[in-house]
Amino acid sequence: MSLQSLDIIARSATTNPAPQIRHTEEVAKLIDISKCIGCKACQSACMEWNDVRDKIGTCDGVYDNPPDLSPESWTVMRFSEVELEPGKLEWLIRKDGCMHCADPGCLKACPSPGAIIQYSNGIVDFHEEHCIGCGYCIAGCPFNVPRISKKDNRAYKCTLCSDRVAVGMEPACIKSCPTGALVFGSKVDMIKHAEGRIADLNSRGYQNAGLYDPPGVGGTHVMYVLQHADQPELYHGLPNHPRISPLVSWWKGITKPLMSIGLGLVALTGFFHYVTVGPNEVTEHSKEEVEKED
Amino acid sequence: MANPSEPILRYKASIRANHWFVAITFILMAISGLALFYPSFFFLSYLLGGGQSDRILHPFIGVVMYIGFLSLALRFWRRNYINRNDQQWMKQIGDVLQNREENLPPVGFFNAGQKYLYWVMILTLTTLLVTGVMIWRPYFAPYFSIPAIRIAVLIHSFSAFVIIAGIIVHIYAAIWVKGSIPAMTRGTVTRAWARQHHLDWYRKIGK
Repeated sequence: MSLQSLDIIARSATTNPAPQIRHTEEVAKLIDISKCIGCKACQSACMEWNDVRDKIGTCDGVYDNPPDLSPESWTVMRFSEVELEPGKLEWLIRKDGCMHCADPGCLKACPSPGAIIQYSNGIVDFHEEHCIGCGYCIAGCPFNVPRISKKDNRAYKCTLCSDRVAVGMEPACIKSCPTGALVFGSKVDMIKHAEGRIADLNSRGYQNAGLYDPPGVGGTHVMYVLQHADQPELYHGLPNHPRISPLVSWWKGITKPLMSIGLGLVALTGFFHYVTVGPNEVTEHSKEEVEKED
Repeated sequence: MANPSEPILRYKASIRANHWFVAITFILMAISGLALFYPSFFFLSYLLGGGQSDRILHPFIGVVMYIGFLSLALRFWRRNYINRNDQQWMKQIGDVLQNREENLPPVGFFNAGQKYLYWVMILTLTTLLVTGVMIWRPYFAPYFSIPAIRIAVLIHSFSAFVIIAGIIVHIYAAIWVKGSIPAMTRGTVTRAWARQHHLDWYRKIGK
């Protein structure tokens, strides 16, 4: 959603730098998976605050409901049953949604100026009124988050409640969490908070507990405390080393301006060829030969 | 032989119409495609009614263009076989660019530059069609995996760069070699033009 009250640091498909002079504190949502009970109150709060309603689905035999992120469901609980030690079942429940990367692949891939915005507080937001429905953000995202609506052909995802955060409130999902698995604050504070949680988990036998703030995407503004931080894939395929695909970097990196300049140079070469070597005209010799052969 | 002042028919009306159908749709494709290629070109999307319309129209025009191109390409297929003279012509590209045609081997209906561009068009436009379908939203892209779409969109933009550069050369060549444009607008060229630029073709039709 479009919001003027937060400071923009990056804008999709914009070659000129964004306004730079003011910087707000970076915020982060911390999701402590060890405390999540899978109640989906956050899913309801998200629908409620953002006024989006997914269609009533069917039960697929698992707890995931709706079964996937959608244009109307910006966060969903992912339930994974794992047995790392025989006889010790673990039910890992991950709240899935946009990670609000510091280096957002969606923003890099987007061809429409201002359809994707990054605020200086770290929130990555879609401005649907500028969205053209090309789906490049889906190709750019390392976490498979954006979804295009069949109703209006525009991409949607979690806004981190940019409208609430702008006026000093916490996101709707945080407000609804009954166990304190979701906390929100400055990124620095959230990292500190996570350290305490990790120490606690370590003392309970989770030696590999840790914080998920992947450096491959410059860190994220949605972070997880994982009991098994050495194996994030356990959590419904959370990528171990997420980064913007090199294919996307080749597609959207230096190659595009170089190819654009290349096209200009081809046209200019033609122009300068014409004004130096000159046109290739039918010679008198050719005309005479035609007359002679007649 | 025939009257030397009488022009020679090079492209009949149906070929000319087919060529210009492909040319017009290609320009629309280049405009709507470049709009999404690099931010500096985004303003071109307004020529097609804005970003959403640009995204909607581009693939439909593309399919129409490809059908038109296929019709033209099949008619020209045999004339574009590369022969030894063409390879020699390419080796002497310096002579070509310096307008020293007298040093070049005799040319048939198409010269080597036209022939190679023809095969580049076949290759890139087919690649653009296949990769374009793969990234076509909302209809076909959902059937392909995200890694497949990443590869497709990369190849799509690179092929577009190659063919747009190629068409710039094609248009320039028509401006550079005087007397070429009437071949595609009115269908005819002068006998002297044919003799100078396409000697083998001139001899063949002269018989």
